[in-house]
Amino acid sequence: MNDAFPAVGFDVARIRADFPILAQTVRGKPLVFLDSAASAQKPRAVIDAMVNCMETQYANVHRGLHWMSERTTDAYEATRDAVAALLHANDRTEIVFTRNSTEAINLVAHSYGRGIMKAGQAVLISEMEHHANIVPWQMLRDAHGTELRVAAVTESGELDMEDYAAKLADGRVALVAITHMSNVFGTYTPIERIIRLAHENGAKVLVDGSQAVVHRRVDVQALGADFYVFTGHKLYGPTGIGVLWARHELLEAMPPFMGGGDMIGSVSFERSTWAHVPHKFEAGTPAIIEAIGLKAAIGYVEAIGYEAIAAHEAALTDHALARLATIEGLRVIGRAQDRGGVVSFTMQGAHAHDIATLLDRQGVAVRAGHHCAEPLMRRLGLDSTARASFGIYTTHEEIDVLAASLERVREFFV
Amino acid sequence: MNRPGVSGPGTTTLADDVGDLYQQVILEHGRNPRHAGRLTAFDASAKGDNPMCGDRVEVFVKYAADGTVARTGFEARGCAISIASADLMAEVVAGRAPADTRAMFETFRHMAQTGDCPDCDATMEKLRPLAGVHDYPSRVKCATLPWHALMAALDGKGSATSE
Ligand SMILES: Cc1ncc(COP(=O)(O)O)c(C=O)c1O
Repeated sequence: MNDAFPAVGFDVARIRADFPILAQTVRGKPLVFLDSAASAQKPRAVIDAMVNCMETQYANVHRGLHWMSERTTDAYEATRDAVAALLHANDRTEIVFTRNSTEAINLVAHSYGRGIMKAGQAVLISEMEHHANIVPWQMLRDAHGTELRVAAVTESGELDMEDYAAKLADGRVALVAITHMSNVFGTYTPIERIIRLAHENGAKVLVDGSQAVVHRRVDVQALGADFYVFTGHKLYGPTGIGVLWARHELLEAMPPFMGGGDMIGSVSFERSTWAHVPHKFEAGTPAIIEAIGLKAAIGYVEAIGYEAIAAHEAALTDHALARLATIEGLRVIGRAQDRGGVVSFTMQGAHAHDIATLLDRQGVAVRAGHHCAEPLMRRLGLDSTARASFGIYTTHEEIDVLAASLERVREFFV
Repeated sequence: MNRPGVSGPGTTTLADDVGDLYQQVILEHGRNPRHAGRLTAFDASAKGDNPMCGDRVEVFVKYAADGTVARTGFEARGCAISIASADLMAEVVAGRAPADTRAMFETFRHMAQTGDCPDCDATMEKLRPLAGVHDYPSRVKCATLPWHALMAALDGKGSATSE
């Protein structure tokens, strides 16, 4: 630990002890895991909650009249309460469980897009969206006759607010779908302003919080959002569980996404009626064990506290930017003011894949490639970047290891 | 706290660690490829695309009067491995009939995947420095991508992927 950057009440060594995987070695070296933006590691509390569920109280939910099913249903539904509290939702029925962010966005593209939007209306996204927040809107456009507009991103990696406002101006945009934090630049978008402008122009707003919810406290009511999505596995929870939050009246108005068990009121061969919100959107047996794991993850993060997490990660990011700036030929992509612990970079004379392989040989895990944001890469004139991303367990020392390892990569190629 | 990943004096260097993959031949061809560039006149071409990592290559082929491959050129945006592989490929297929070239691809693919090359002749031995990729499963496709593009060009197809 670097004493120059103390985070009050934040003991990274103790946090690291909660993550069993961090004791692993890779190629004979301690694991330096700097790929949390792709998927985060899991604390013991999450692992134990899932194992405990399977060992002591597991059955299908919402259908058994027996003790096990009732207890499991209670545990599953308690996660809905935890998520509602996490996002400061007005009501627990505004929380819909999905498999991940991708499915949550597809749900909105289907049920709100096809169900509520009219051909000729537009969806406005930005140039820095993840493929998960691009492709569903292209599919909607092609199937439903909506338009897809794209607001520009500046060289510094921020949303071009002028272009954004211009693309809203004709009042035909029914939905803005935009990231809260870029998975390439680490940039936070000025989401309150984005939402205010959208509402002034008659558009609803879906916020992709896949990255942001890991690093900052999110209050959907204070933001004024209409839809907010995130994915459990980046928030130190398990894979297979994601969240859609939407205003109750929107969920009420939207037709179901998938049909099947659990989402119906009654079924006959002539017609079926739908269950109440949110169950209308949760067809089939849900990810019960994963939902229970997600509750443990939320509890873990809340116990540390977003304020402490944000302070720790801000110090890490400052340290990383300062260290990387000393490496010759290394260029950090994006220089937004408001940014979190995701740093993309290129190095002269070394391709991102070669960088990643050479870092891996030194025990350092980073991501290399287009980061599921090919249009953004093209806009920047890049094919790929290397990306280091930080989590609650990342240490200043690991960033020093990254910097020292990158120096060796540079020497190797130059 | 210990210093993870830092090799102190007396421990192995990065070059020792990755020498199996980044042999000098590969670094040289990756840095200064001899066959890079679009041929001014060519008879066939095809693009190769690795959608997982964003590597792209376009291969251009000029045939001789007897139908053998006279020259190959390429334009690539990718890592050292894929560029070195494209360059070495252009070297070894020169003068070969298309059927021969296809057989060489099969031999090379086997080498990239397993590290072994039981039927490597003197020409194929030139590709041996790339055999180290077999230890890096996510990088095998970097080495085979230019070959996929070449096969597509020989088959008269416009594009290939290494997926
Ligand atoms: C900004 C952003 N949106 C969406 C996603 C998709 O998440 P998932 O693959 O869990 O659906 C990711 C993660 O890959 C992301 O970083």
